[in-house]
Amino acid sequence: MGRERLYRTEAIVLKRSDFGEADRLLTLYTPEWGKLRVIAKGVRKPASRKSGHLELFTHSRLLVAKGRNLDIVTQAETIHSFRPLREDLLRTGWAYYAAELLDRFVGEGVENRLLFNLLLAMLGWLCEDVDLDLTARFYELRLLALVGYRPQLFHCLACRAEIEPGATPFFSPASGGLLCPRCGEGQRDAREISMPALKVLRFMQTNRYELCRRLRIGRSLHAELEETMRRYITYILERNLKSVEFLQRLQREMSE
Amino acid sequence: MRAIAEPVAKLIDEFSRLPGIGPKTASRLTFYLLRAPKEQALALADALRELKERTIFCSICFNITEASPCPICRDEGRDRSIICVVEEPLDVLAIERTREYKGLYHVLHGAISPVEGIGPDELKIRELLERLKAEPVEEVLLATNPNLEGEATAMYLARLIAPLGLRVTRLARGLPVGGDLEYADEVTLTRALEGRREM
Ligand SMILES: [Zn+2]
Ligand SMILES: [Zn+2]
Repeated sequence: MGRERLYRTEAIVLKRSDFGEADRLLTLYTPEWGKLRVIAKGVRKPASRKSGHLELFTHSRLLVAKGRNLDIVTQAETIHSFRPLREDLLRTGWAYYAAELLDRFVGEGVENRLLFNLLLAMLGWLCEDVDLDLTARFYELRLLALVGYRPQLFHCLACRAEIEPGATPFFSPASGGLLCPRCGEGQRDAREISMPALKVLRFMQTNRYELCRRLRIGRSLHAELEETMRRYITYILERNLKSVEFLQRLQREMSE
Repeated sequence: MRAIAEPVAKLIDEFSRLPGIGPKTASRLTFYLLRAPKEQALALADALRELKERTIFCSICFNITEASPCPICRDEGRDRSIICVVEEPLDVLAIERTREYKGLYHVLHGAISPVEGIGPDELKIRELLERLKAEPVEEVLLATNPNLEGEATAMYLARLIAPLGLRVTRLARGLPVGGDLEYADEVTLTRALEGRREM
């Protein structure tokens, strides 16, 4: 499944850094080739016709030439620029988070069309939705499932017992999800998870976004959901995401 | 046995660490200098030394200068009611070339880029706010790059500055999205300065 000398692909720009005089090194996510690192020449010059089409979080159609080390973008055309993401700082922050999360979970050159579709949908949701914390939790759950880390939210991972309504089970990142009150007791990384939080996570894991976006979630429940997912993701990645710090700062400053 | 003399290898190594220079270019530069007249090579060495020993940040605007405050901040003829905020010292140079702008500057030394770990604390933002409170400024012109990082930085600053009640403007979109300011030609930049807008 080698790429041809000159090939076409859709892509979303996940990350970029300056390279050489006026070039950029781009990390793309594509439907056919998964994560792909390419060079875009001359795009830092205002006269460049490609630059606007290779902005962060832009969905574009590209023509790429195979290079000796890195492939080179020869043409670029925007399909969707997700403009609201660029005009609202909090939305920008969440887009950074969505891109960084995906970037950390996937290696280069592994096809995952569903993941591409998820990212594309996510950028759209981030343009228009109101409760972006909810959007983020949905995205995290879907992404985790697509990369093989779907958390177990229905039965105990130690004894297989179903979690009864009314019980207060534990969420254990190291186990990969729930532990029943008996098995979770004394487990080092297990923390209690409330039934409302568990219900929201279960609902989001098993329903389409169009349904999930209608959920109305209060502040403290949001805080619990965020903490649970963050603990799980940090455990898997073995480190924090850099965009989280920026997001938390924005949220703090905006609520002041 | 080493195939290449130690000092040669060392210089190739140093060149390779520079942005945009690969091992091939590094070797080419090194061998060029090896064959060049001694004076030329030593002039380069002197220039490098002076670059680090004779430049400092201006204590007011954080531009690179030989003496602080810098010539622009010291210049009595400049309009002190407006501060133009840019990402890099090279952007000051680009705007000065237009001869259109007569106000003062503030160099942030970067733009917000969460994934690279560059947040507000890594930039000269706190220093800017202190200036705005202390100096007789009426307008802040946000001239960060017209790309996502630059726009995010401008939005962040606009929100911080809003409570101070100053006029906040942004360079007009004469500049194509995605580019770096330092590559803008004079005509484009002049238009962009003329068409600045409220933020
Ligand atoms: Zn159990
Ligand atoms: Zn100065």
